[in-house]
Amino acid sequence: MSRILRSRVIWPIAALLALVVLNTISRPTFLSITVRNGELYGSLIDILRNSAPLMLVALGMCLVIATRGIDLSVGAQMAISGAVSLTIIADSPAPNSMGTVAIAILAGVALTLVLGLWNGFLVSVIGIQPIIATLVLMLAGRGIALLITGGFITTITSTPYAVMARGYVVGFPFAFLVSASAVAIVSLLVRRTALGVLTEAVGINPAASRLAGVRSRGIVWSLYGLSGLLAGVAGILYSSNIMAADANNAGINIELDAILAVVLGGTSLAGGKFTLAGTVVGVFIIQTLTSTITFLGVPPSVTPVFKAIVVIIVCLSQSDRVRSGLRRLRPPKPLAIATAIDSTSSTSGSAA
Amino acid sequence: MSAPQSLTPPPSSRVPAGRLRSIRVKAAWVPVLAAVVILVGMLIAAQLYFGRFITPRIVSSLFVDNAYLIVLAAGMTFVILSGGIDLSVGAVMAFTGMLCAKLLVSGVPTLVVVPTVIVAGALFGLIIGVMVHFFNVQPFIASLAGMFLARGLSFVVSLQAIQVKDPVILGLQSVKLGTYEWYLTPTVTIALLVIVVAAWILGYTRFGRTVYAIGGNENSTRLMGLPVARAKVLVYVISGISAAIAGLVFTSYTAAGYSLNGIGTELDAIAAVVIGGTLLTGGSGYAIGSLIGVLVYGVIKVSITFLGAESSWTRITIGGLLLAFVVVQRVIVRRAGRR
Repeated sequence: MSRILRSRVIWPIAALLALVVLNTISRPTFLSITVRNGELYGSLIDILRNSAPLMLVALGMCLVIATRGIDLSVGAQMAISGAVSLTIIADSPAPNSMGTVAIAILAGVALTLVLGLWNGFLVSVIGIQPIIATLVLMLAGRGIALLITGGFITTITSTPYAVMARGYVVGFPFAFLVSASAVAIVSLLVRRTALGVLTEAVGINPAASRLAGVRSRGIVWSLYGLSGLLAGVAGILYSSNIMAADANNAGINIELDAILAVVLGGTSLAGGKFTLAGTVVGVFIIQTLTSTITFLGVPPSVTPVFKAIVVIIVCLSQSDRVRSGLRRLRPPKPLAIATAIDSTSSTSGSAA
Repeated sequence: MSAPQSLTPPPSSRVPAGRLRSIRVKAAWVPVLAAVVILVGMLIAAQLYFGRFITPRIVSSLFVDNAYLIVLAAGMTFVILSGGIDLSVGAVMAFTGMLCAKLLVSGVPTLVVVPTVIVAGALFGLIIGVMVHFFNVQPFIASLAGMFLARGLSFVVSLQAIQVKDPVILGLQSVKLGTYEWYLTPTVTIALLVIVVAAWILGYTRFGRTVYAIGGNENSTRLMGLPVARAKVLVYVISGISAAIAGLVFTSYTAAGYSLNGIGTELDAIAAVVIGGTLLTGGSGYAIGSLIGVLVYGVIKVSITFLGAESSWTRITIGGLLLAFVVVQRVIVRRAGRR
């Protein structure tokens, strides 16, 4: 067990530590955490807080990828849930009441749950490739969000809603607590029940798992629903952070970051075995990388170049060709030596 | 993602019996004809609803406004036919547009700029193709990396938009060939030329037939001894080149290079290709169909502007249409698989 854990999560953790060390060298205050009024502040806390939306989305993405699928629509779903809840709050007479905010959040998240189930329906029942099925919602989703907000960027002032992204509970940022509890709940759900094993079975061999009696259709369907649900919560956190529903920019490219986080964490895009712990580490790597790039003074719009390089390196390191090449390099090559001896003995055979 | 068999094997160019050939061609053309029917139906409906829709001006602008998309769709057709997908084209289009604008502003002669830009696009395609074929990275992820790279690099070229004043590049858009009402710009001529060349390559060259074969069944193609590696890398190179040409066309269309150009254009191109009757699983489809697909997209866009509705409806309608086509394709493929 410890060996499995080691081989899978050790590299992402090493990469994360390397990033942290790099940051600490370039700015010694990076690791310092200060306490003000019982609330924690510091670069690390910022990373914990800012990573919350990505964490939620990546959790769902990890499970969807484990079923050999992919969910491209998470960014659009974030935009939709933000648009719905902010429109409800903006239209309500009492934007500061807890009740309004609760209804708004529930409505936003419920809608994305439905949209997630819609994706799951297309994939598991109709049998469309996941890329295309979720591409449809990715295309149409932002349009829907724009329709909900009426083409404007809806802004609101609502104290309870602002707590979501900026507030603190028992010293920790509220957003971090949301993402942490989501991680805890999903891990329990997946690893303390048979769901995780069944998901892996579906991802490793759909036909065999179906023959073995696994209800793959229901599993795939509900996991897309879960992904939609988590994306909805992420959309709420995002819109609460800027207190605006920006249908064009909310969660833009987050599907790519989420996929990257999952892959960085050691889950193969081919489906099957997945690791939630690795995904969590992957999210922190991306968030730390982003904040490092910002700190170094590189324009944020150039960030994709770095991410592209990371994606290429990770994908290449996962490919069989590179792996077998490395394997050939690594061992002391008894075979190569043997052939070398062979060839030398054959050339110098006459002398001997 | 097991690729199911396509509806019909692509017509071999050397089927002896004329009648047999025509029947086979018809079966594979059905989705394309469906797209033509939709296009004509939409045109007629728009004509009836708006009163004045099929006018020379609107029809001409349909081509002029979507010239870049026609070029992109032509390149995308190759990739999708081979069973892959290329998400990088929008970003590559933005990057090549930026590169073109930057080089022109720096005083590099146009005759040097255009080949440089096309080579840059081809390089992006080459990187993606090599990742896909030699390192077995999923096309979706490899082209995603290409998309990130191109988008980021275009910001490296310049954070601001660069205005283009080069007479040749601007002339591609401003010169109007034809009468006052029916006109073509050189950009449209380029786009149509790209479609014709693409159709010729796909239909009448060994490489083109290999692309169809790979989309049908890659393993069989390899066992048949066809050059799978070369063809698979080449489709992405072609897609990159067409993205570069689209970048030039788009630069002359907007008279500027801007890094945020073409966000989401890859989705429009994919939608156009699919609506044009190319099977997403690969192996069946035509370049002409992609042209029809782009025109359907264009008519939807113009109609929504005419209706005065939110422009976001364009994306929603395209998404819905894409879904409908994919579902129909799925049904066709499933039925063919049962046979």
